[in-house]
Amino acid sequence: MTRRPGFLVYGLLAAFFVGSAFPLYWSFVIGSVTRQRSIQTPPPLVPGGHFLENAGRVFDRIDFWSALANSVIVSGISALSVVLFATLAGYSFAKLRFRGADALMVFVILTLAVPTQLALIPLLKEFSNLGLTGTHAAVILPWLVTAFGVFFMRQYLVDAIPDELIDAARVDGCSMIRTFWTVAVPAARPAMAILGLFTFMQVWTDFMWPLLVLQGSDVQTLQTALDQLKIAPGQGTSDMALLQAGTILATVPLLLLFIATGRQLVAGIMQGAVKG
Amino acid sequence: MSENSTATVGDAPSASPTRGPRRPSPRGAPTATIARRHRLSRLDVRLSPYLYVLPFFLVFAVIGLYPLLYTGYLSFFSWPRFGADHGPWIGWANYSHVLHDPVFHKALWNTIGIFLLSSVPQIAVATVVAALLDTTLRGRTWWRMSVLLPFVVAPAAAALIFGALFADKSGLVNQILSGIGLPEISWHSNRPASWLAIATMVNYRWTGYNALIVLAAMQAIPRDLYEAAAIDGASRVKQFFHVTLPSIRPTMIFVIVTSTIGGLQIFTEPRLFDTNLQHQGGANYEYQTLTMYVFNTANSSTDPYPRAAAAAWILFLIIVAFALVNFVVTRAVQRRSHT
Repeated sequence: MTRRPGFLVYGLLAAFFVGSAFPLYWSFVIGSVTRQRSIQTPPPLVPGGHFLENAGRVFDRIDFWSALANSVIVSGISALSVVLFATLAGYSFAKLRFRGADALMVFVILTLAVPTQLALIPLLKEFSNLGLTGTHAAVILPWLVTAFGVFFMRQYLVDAIPDELIDAARVDGCSMIRTFWTVAVPAARPAMAILGLFTFMQVWTDFMWPLLVLQGSDVQTLQTALDQLKIAPGQGTSDMALLQAGTILATVPLLLLFIATGRQLVAGIMQGAVKG
Repeated sequence: MSENSTATVGDAPSASPTRGPRRPSPRGAPTATIARRHRLSRLDVRLSPYLYVLPFFLVFAVIGLYPLLYTGYLSFFSWPRFGADHGPWIGWANYSHVLHDPVFHKALWNTIGIFLLSSVPQIAVATVVAALLDTTLRGRTWWRMSVLLPFVVAPAAAALIFGALFADKSGLVNQILSGIGLPEISWHSNRPASWLAIATMVNYRWTGYNALIVLAAMQAIPRDLYEAAAIDGASRVKQFFHVTLPSIRPTMIFVIVTSTIGGLQIFTEPRLFDTNLQHQGGANYEYQTLTMYVFNTANSSTDPYPRAAAAAWILFLIIVAFALVNFVVTRAVQRRSHT
């Protein structure tokens, strides 16, 4: 395409943005009116003044703050772990020569296509035998290192570190792991930040696994707490004001993170794509 | 984790420290120390690459490979509800039970319906949005961020928002429909309508994300290709079909295959769309998906685990088949449009 965007391009993109933002806006509107108003005709389209009141009802019904803390803990630890192990593995695949490297890398990529979700039932049994169900560790364990992370770091590090730099460090007498820390990690830093951010969001928004493994325990994440809010006794699903207030409360942390780091997130998604 | 694993790696074929150090240098010095240091260093060089990749393979073995194989194994046995361990081998009985279960058939079509309604429009719109972004926009970064906004809405949250938008009574969509004189739609009991509502949630969250991936591929197209096409008198639309689309083929294949693998496993959205607590995906299974079927089977009364395992493997094979077909078809279609 020739590169001067006209009015039409801006108009279409603006329309797409309005479509993207509207459901969030509407959720806030419903979350900020009274329960009665939320189901009246004509539907409310501007925010009311009852958000705090609805939020208070959310806090009464679910342990929101501990769910928030749990989400931060499991997402944060998973992100750190994925970054560490994926950088190590990515560095090894990108820069170290060892027998079977290519075959192993192909294997990593193939695992991306395996729908591991389907095998969750025996995994759940395995975890419950180990007494892990209902713990933070149970949520984190599947996220210690991901195939996507390994692949992403490998693609980044292939070009990011000149081989001469590694050789120089080795000649200076650095051990392998020291070479990794002093040469690879500084070069990998931008990609590590993106991968960490991305993993954090993935774990934060995950629903099925925490739902299964935390079932019936006091430890809940924000996502599973939303599920509990929905099935709160005596409320049914007709209390839209309560549900939407909860949805907004659960979304705000990620929205703030997005506003702070959206630029990096965009860069990361595009980078992962081009090189893939 | 890596400490425990040293032993495993030691067994790796290439780790043979016995070939040992080079001959100690004739100039003497404390040869033993140098030799030992040398040997350690060689060991370091040989083992480290394996050690660094080991955590991934360990985690995959525990959370991917073992459960998948165990699921396959289990699917050939009986296992009464609440039994401590599985019972006798019963061959293909679990598979045959699943394949003859009318609910499974419903779930299969529901899944395919939701999948088509989500993936096809999603990829089409994502490609158009990518083309819009692939111009010299003012505030480029801002526009790119704006299409990614829905990504912050977790599937569970999106399901609650859209569940309310598409509520049968008093939902905004139905209020608008009746406002403009159209009949209201029973989004939770009309089968195709429920598919559409669920597909909308999926499209909402992933269209912008996929647009960025496609955009990245578009930006890698050399600009002189467009100039040449323009000189030949190709219109913008023609350029899009004859330059852009053929050039982004590998990325399109990637996007289509990953959306197949993800789309056929859809679970969160239909589960939370359900307004009753049975989680069966509508009063009459209107939108129960295959993944929901697997989980509901695991809670059923007869042989819950083995039947769920059989259902999981059937779903697994369906996904592989779909992904392969998609891969081959996309490649063939795009190759034709290339020439």
